[in-house]
Amino acid sequence: MKQSAIVVAVTLAASSAFSVPAMARDTLYIVGSSTVFPFSTAVAEALGRSKKGIKTPKVESTGTGGGMKLFCAGVGINHPDITNASRAIKASEYETCQANGVKEITEVKIGFDGIVIANSKTSGRWDLNLKDLYLALAKDVPDGKGGFQPNPYKKWNEVNPDLPDLKIEVLGPPPTSGTRDAFVELAMEGGCNSISEIKALKKTDEKKHKAVCQGIREDGAYIEAGENDNLIVQKLIANPSALGIFGYSFLDQNTDKIQGSKVNGVEPKYETISTGQYPISRSLYFYVKNAHLESFPAIKDYVTEFTSDKAWGPNGYLADKGLIALPDAERKAIAQKARAFTPMEKPSH
Amino acid sequence: MNKPAPQITPTGRPNPVDIVRASLKRRYARERRFRWLGATAVLIGLLCVVLLFADIILKGYTAFQQTYIRLPIALEAESIDPEGTGARAAIEDADYLALIRNALFELFPEVRDRQERRLLTSIVSVGAPNLVREYVLAHPDRIGTTQEIWVPATADIDMLMKGHINRDLPEAERRVKDQTLGWIDRLAAEGRIAKRFNTPFFVNGTSREPELAGIAGALMGSFYTLLLTLILSFPIGVGAAIYLEEFAPRNRWTDLIEININNLAAVPSIVFGLLGLAVFIGFFGMPRSTPLVGALVLTLMTLPTIIIASRAALKSVPPSIREAALGVGASSLQTQFHHVLPLAMPGMLTGTIIGMAQALGETAPLLMIGMIAFIVDIPQGFTDMATVLPVQIYLWADSPERGFVERTSAAIMVLLAFLFAMNLAAVLLRRRFERRW
Repeated sequence: MKQSAIVVAVTLAASSAFSVPAMARDTLYIVGSSTVFPFSTAVAEALGRSKKGIKTPKVESTGTGGGMKLFCAGVGINHPDITNASRAIKASEYETCQANGVKEITEVKIGFDGIVIANSKTSGRWDLNLKDLYLALAKDVPDGKGGFQPNPYKKWNEVNPDLPDLKIEVLGPPPTSGTRDAFVELAMEGGCNSISEIKALKKTDEKKHKAVCQGIREDGAYIEAGENDNLIVQKLIANPSALGIFGYSFLDQNTDKIQGSKVNGVEPKYETISTGQYPISRSLYFYVKNAHLESFPAIKDYVTEFTSDKAWGPNGYLADKGLIALPDAERKAIAQKARAFTPMEKPSH
Repeated sequence: MNKPAPQITPTGRPNPVDIVRASLKRRYARERRFRWLGATAVLIGLLCVVLLFADIILKGYTAFQQTYIRLPIALEAESIDPEGTGARAAIEDADYLALIRNALFELFPEVRDRQERRLLTSIVSVGAPNLVREYVLAHPDRIGTTQEIWVPATADIDMLMKGHINRDLPEAERRVKDQTLGWIDRLAAEGRIAKRFNTPFFVNGTSREPELAGIAGALMGSFYTLLLTLILSFPIGVGAAIYLEEFAPRNRWTDLIEININNLAAVPSIVFGLLGLAVFIGFFGMPRSTPLVGALVLTLMTLPTIIIASRAALKSVPPSIREAALGVGASSLQTQFHHVLPLAMPGMLTGTIIGMAQALGETAPLLMIGMIAFIVDIPQGFTDMATVLPVQIYLWADSPERGFVERTSAAIMVLLAFLFAMNLAAVLLRRRFERRW
């Protein structure tokens, strides 16, 4: 009996311990932001379709932060060649890269993404400003006596008498989402800095300022609807008095059912986002590991395809997917730099 | 009905029969209430399932059809095979998009403006040139003739034909503009547009274009992952169960192991993904995003299920079988493998199939090992990059294009069909082979 026990134990150990040597990779390996994912995959597919001998690159949707972590982990076939990002690389991430031997990185800015606040077409179009959004969604708001109180507003007309007499009900992304980060940074901070007493706080107590500006209320007025923006669109159609926060591409695909609210008087449209008039928009990027250029020449094809006007131009196929193109001159300059793989400088913050 | 007053027996205590009779009505009522509650619970459950299925099927059934446009494509010899060699390479390299565009411009000669021509070309899917290429490769003898070929329409046109785009809305709010509508109506009047069975959905890998996206890649990924999971987890699980149940001494160590196995069965699956990332990818250096790593992680996840089910199956074999075998001189190992194991097998297989069904529907642990990815090529083996069905569903559900809504539901239907088949197999196996004593 003892013997058979040993046999079983040895078999178990042997079967779980077999190891496979690291295998060569014949496809590009791209990671990063879920916002850039649709654009990155469209380019990857176009590349796989048009160029013979290039397999369609693999694109993993890991989120911007997760992508940076994988990208900066080192050089070699097990590490990604390109990472997508819905914000610029941070100085700390750049340093991690440097420390792990990822020395030369090419930064490519690919376009803009607007964050829209939309509602169902069956009710009227909203006209909001950033201050309204801040007061309606912040966790703590000024109490008028120099201090702060938990957000007391239940209805929109308590925030701003011009707004309708409706319950505050906003469906938005959870904290893990890059869209949420960008919304907090662009809309909430913008709105909170429009209140002079909070703006003054920045100089005296930066930590408090950050907490006040970036905290989103958790009492049910802001509903975390999950990472799935399609779900938010469906819920908006079912509930005409609610507002939803998501990326512009979802508005673009559903213009027959939902409408984007004006923010600071500007409607979210392709033109207003590309000129920067619409206040809640951010730049999208991807980063290339120059050290991989030699072993993966397909990187050059990918960058060339991405930076060609038929892809990222105002009439390109990425515009169909909801990417908002950069101005012509900027696009040209970036394309030139990207195709030469000019390494970026260390970011300032 | 008058309740008879409890009769006082000579001893002074109430008659027990009377007490029972008095409470009878109340107890019956209680039973009825319980039955009624149970029936309601089952009914609510069934209703939810019916609603879920109805929603998925209503949303998804249209995905099994796809809009095609019939174009008279002139397969000119000078543009496909200018040297007339008939070489495969030359035919593969030809510009089929140009042929399709020419066919469209022939049909709509009044469209001359460059912008308008671009718009006209965009009603045909970007995958159409590939289809025409395949056609020519299959029929090289037809070069030089004009053939009526059905090519897939773009997803927006598909949505329009399936009624998901409302024509009555103002033009600015529609993704399909008035001019395109006019073209489509003319094509429809000429019988050049039709919905046909959506073969690409079953033979293609995924795509960014809904009309080209298919589940074959994810299905093959699921197949390889599950096959390897089965190969690994069944022998290990059954072996562990036999050892623990039949051979292991009862002491503190085996108690500890038993508690741990039961605990592992309740560990959230994403934890196994983290473990897989650290051990299989980080330490052993296995390739990311492959069925190999996926299967190892899912093996860890399903092992407790299989071990627990197998032990229960072994326990249900009556000791008399073992004693009889030992009595006629069989060794312990012979007793187990010749007598106990065959009798316990149906129960073990049921447990394994349920474990496999669980593994088939799992996404969370695969997130950590890179299987949530856009992979177009259909995997050919255990070390090719792959994704699995539930991951494909998740990725499609998250896509902004409207064409993916129906495809998501269709993919869910395929996944459900497989789950049903597996659970049915488990039930049938039990019916067919189970023995009762």
